[in-house]
Amino acid sequence: MYWELFKVFFRIGAFTIGGGLAMLPVIEREVVDRKKWITKTVFTDIVAVTQTLPGVIAVNMAVAVGYKVKGTRGSLVSVLGAVCAPFFSILALAIFFQNFRDNPVVEKIFLGMRPVVVALIAVPVITTMRSIGLTYATGLIACVATLLIWLLGVSPVWIILAAGLGGYAWYTIDKHRKRRRST
Amino acid sequence: MIYLELFYTFFKIGVFCFGGGYAMLSLIQDEVVRNNGWMTMESFSDIVAVSQMTPGPVAINTATYVGYTASGGNVLGSFMATIALIIPSVVMMSVVIRVYRKYSQNKTFQAIFSGIRPVVAGLIAAAVLNMATPENFVDFRSYLLFSASFLAAYFYRAHPILLLALGGLAGYLMY
Repeated sequence: MYWELFKVFFRIGAFTIGGGLAMLPVIEREVVDRKKWITKTVFTDIVAVTQTLPGVIAVNMAVAVGYKVKGTRGSLVSVLGAVCAPFFSILALAIFFQNFRDNPVVEKIFLGMRPVVVALIAVPVITTMRSIGLTYATGLIACVATLLIWLLGVSPVWIILAAGLGGYAWYTIDKHRKRRRST
Repeated sequence: MIYLELFYTFFKIGVFCFGGGYAMLSLIQDEVVRNNGWMTMESFSDIVAVSQMTPGPVAINTATYVGYTASGGNVLGSFMATIALIIPSVVMMSVVIRVYRKYSQNKTFQAIFSGIRPVVAGLIAAAVLNMATPENFVDFRSYLLFSASFLAAYFYRAHPILLLALGGLAGYLMY
């Protein structure tokens, strides 16, 4: 069973390119549809939880599914499986890159790819804004966060802490207000 | 001690990377490029490009790559950085999965996350602006490539690997 878990997550790690959210349908197909380890409802619940926790989504999913199937050891085996393929493929690339970094052909290719990468990250800015459904107020918060990080060099760590605290403060104030209104 | 520094830095990234994937890019940039100077913004862009084409999440790929280069080409550096990145995930998730029904109804966590969610878009936007450096955009051809691939990705949902391959080809032919 441990070997099965390892194999499935190794496959997920090895064949999902782009990572993150692209992995979710692949994980679902493997563990819900094919292996029937967990039900669709449990899977949806787990996804909802991993989205609110920090961390690499694929690793969080491996921990959760592994635990559901075979407890703590199951989760460790699954994580190991998920990380194996990316680790060794990038390590191989890093070693290869050391020697080809200054190759003029490689440099030209990367000159062309860099603006494309920036564009590929610019797209999710807009799609995320839409999926979150930003209002004027939350949109303003997002803009301020961007400017603080980009222009003032504030660490995103502070932004995340402040945002979490802000969310909690807002909730507390809102609760008080509602209670006062109802009395 | 470079191994401890790598461990500490990637552990911190592991603790604070909310929102997955693109949202953590600005955090990685801040730690790896700005604070520690382990790589330049161009090399970081290259890693993101490579990550889009190879298996695995960007965060793990960056950890493995930076671990190797920052430690002067040592596999142990890769190992330390990668392990440090996933430890917070594993610990937190192991705890939460035991109580996830309660967790998902917990008002406090919901409130905290509702505050973080709007800034996720801001975090990604900051990552984009951070990467808009003169080294990444060397001349008008870069802007042309940027605009063309943005339009293709946004309106036609063109596949990232296809766009990167075309960008690489264009770079080879134009420069």
